[in-house]
Amino acid sequence: MRPFDLSFRYKLPIWGGLLIVLSVAAVSSAMLLKAYEDLQRDVRISAEALGGALSKTLFSHLLHDDVWRAYEQINAVYRAGHVEDPILPEAIFVVGPVGEIVVSTAPETLPMLADLDSLGPGYAELARALDRQSGAGSELHDFATAQQRFIVFPIREEYAQLGTLVLAYSRDVYLPRFRAQALHGALIGLLVLAVLLPINAYWGGRMAVPLVELARRMERVVRSHGQDETELPRTRYPYRDELGQLFLAYDAMLAEMRQKALLERELLQTERLGAIGRLASGIAHEVNNPLGGMLMALDTLRQRGEAPPSVMKTLDMLERGLKQIQEIVAALLVQTRGQSRPLTADDLEDVRTLIHSQVLNKSQRLDWRVELPAGILPPAAACRQILINLLLNAVQATAEQGHISVQVAARSGGLAIVVANQAPPIPQERLEHLFEPFVSGREGGTGLGLWVTYQIARQLGGRIVANCADGEVRFEVWLPLENAT
Amino acid sequence: MNVSSRETASLARRRLLGGLGGLVLGAALPRVASSAPRSSISVGFTPAFVHDQHALLGDWRRHMERTLGLHVEIKQRDSYRETMDLLRLKQLDFAWVCDYPFLMLKDLVRLLAVPVYKGQPLYRSYIIVPAGNRGLHVESIKDLKNSVFAYADPLSNTGYLYPRYAIQQMGEDPRDFFRKTFFTWSHKKVVEAVALGIAQGGAVDSYVWESLEQIDPALTRRTRIVERSPEYGFPPFVAHRDTPPGLFEQVRGFLLGMHLDPVGVDLLKRLNLDGFVKGDVRLYDGVARMMHAFGEA
Repeated sequence: MRPFDLSFRYKLPIWGGLLIVLSVAAVSSAMLLKAYEDLQRDVRISAEALGGALSKTLFSHLLHDDVWRAYEQINAVYRAGHVEDPILPEAIFVVGPVGEIVVSTAPETLPMLADLDSLGPGYAELARALDRQSGAGSELHDFATAQQRFIVFPIREEYAQLGTLVLAYSRDVYLPRFRAQALHGALIGLLVLAVLLPINAYWGGRMAVPLVELARRMERVVRSHGQDETELPRTRYPYRDELGQLFLAYDAMLAEMRQKALLERELLQTERLGAIGRLASGIAHEVNNPLGGMLMALDTLRQRGEAPPSVMKTLDMLERGLKQIQEIVAALLVQTRGQSRPLTADDLEDVRTLIHSQVLNKSQRLDWRVELPAGILPPAAACRQILINLLLNAVQATAEQGHISVQVAARSGGLAIVVANQAPPIPQERLEHLFEPFVSGREGGTGLGLWVTYQIARQLGGRIVANCADGEVRFEVWLPLENAT
Repeated sequence: MNVSSRETASLARRRLLGGLGGLVLGAALPRVASSAPRSSISVGFTPAFVHDQHALLGDWRRHMERTLGLHVEIKQRDSYRETMDLLRLKQLDFAWVCDYPFLMLKDLVRLLAVPVYKGQPLYRSYIIVPAGNRGLHVESIKDLKNSVFAYADPLSNTGYLYPRYAIQQMGEDPRDFFRKTFFTWSHKKVVEAVALGIAQGGAVDSYVWESLEQIDPALTRRTRIVERSPEYGFPPFVAHRDTPPGLFEQVRGFLLGMHLDPVGVDLLKRLNLDGFVKGDVRLYDGVARMMHAFGEA
């Protein structure tokens, strides 16, 4: 796995931690650099003060060639009790006019009268620099070849220069003080890190956990097309920032996917039922024509009265069989055309009266609520048949003393007829084929009741759905008000 | 002392007095000239031995005041030259000076008493070099040719006159025998300069070096004595010739009796001395010979 493929759960804290460490390091470095510069400036200022004062008094000693007093003068710097002061020069010496050491605080390395040129490349370079020096002010010499930095002060009064005072500062004079400051800075940095890093880890984790969950859910959604997936709990991330918006978008997407899947399923069912309907009515028409002929022929034969009684008996049998075929075919050929009288409240009361005895037989309770809307209602015959079919089914499916409810009301610019009854839920696979012909839920049923109901609803431009919830089976029929085709 | 040398000294004195006349007339003359009984005296100390021991001088002064019943003023100066100037200006009644300036001033001062050091009123000059590698090759002052050399004071016998005399005796010219010379203006600092390696050699008073050996052995251990001079008369206490005889005897008595009373003994002990004797100017003939060799006496 590449580092950038890491989960946000780790990536966020790591990136945050890196940034914090970098920031702390950058700030610390800047402060250290400043401290270093300050230290250098301090040394320079201290050197200027020291060298300025020394070079004035040294003039008189050099004038009298009093090297011992000159030595006591420069050595007094170290006797004042601040020997450990890091900004004191490592050595102080006076260089004479021909580049020789007149006196020094380090006689072992810089003996009196020694030629600067003979003391090593750093001092030789200093000697050349002193030859070039012309001004009355101090100068800083920093040679790569020298182990020390030199700050030189001409020992002069008016135009007479008797020598040059040199303060030699060790290159690592700053080191002890600088090291102490660096240590101090590092400790503060570590303290800041000790505070910030856990906060960062907590914050990163907090940011990452909802993201990680969202990513996992998205992956599942893509695989299962939004089925079996629940909305994200609002408590997981109750804020309105981009992440919160992402959560809302996820929920919206989930709802849309579900809606789409439902629509697709409905469309599929509708198409299947349509195909079955076309097939059924095609067969019914083809069967109806010869059937009509056969019944007519039978009728003619019987009216002639020429056939012996045994044949007449056979004819009756044939006629009964053909009549049964005719009824079935008629049932398949659902026909709503020509029924132009709109539904009235009386029609519904008729249905209630018709079903009443059956409900009483099973001691069932019937809850009847009807509120007819104004406007042109759907055809009465169709509505009556739909209601009777559904009610008969309900009475059959409901146990004794069970509860049945009927609700007729206006809904979404149409008329809703809802029949619900107490019953165990219908299995999903049966639910999908519920409105197909010859699918019966019980012994002795033709399996045409719901098929007819469905065909009527469709022909009127409405729809019918069945669902099961809370121990109830519920059929909802919706019919448009002004489109009675 | 022969006539010609006396004449020379007298001439020198006159020249000096003439040069300083303006100054002398101002403040000093009236006091010394008065013959009235003195209620106070001034004593001059040079940096010969006790320069850094102010407490000792304070005690010395108190002891002297108690014993003599006089107010004593101690005048301390940084170099022999300044003490000599004070004597010439008659600012001092008594002074502890080096034997070399004593001889230079012998027409101006009288020998009062000579300290006794290690049983004798004598001391000598030591030629010292740094201990360890840096001074390893030096066996005598001869080996210090072309080196850096520290003298104590241009008016010191053991720290200036003797080493130059020794060089002259070797047939060399002391003015260019060393590559470089300088004065430290005190014997103790000669030891320091040599110990630190600022000078490769130095000339020091044996009394100072040996006293330092007791007080600060770490310092003297960093030096090594390569040559010891013959003995010379110890730096004496002198009195100005104008000092009234009564006062002269009173102070001499104080010095000669110091070793007899406990406070005096304690002071002598701190000075690393045994006591004082009257002494004789002939003690300093050796110094006079060396001065003569340089045409000074």
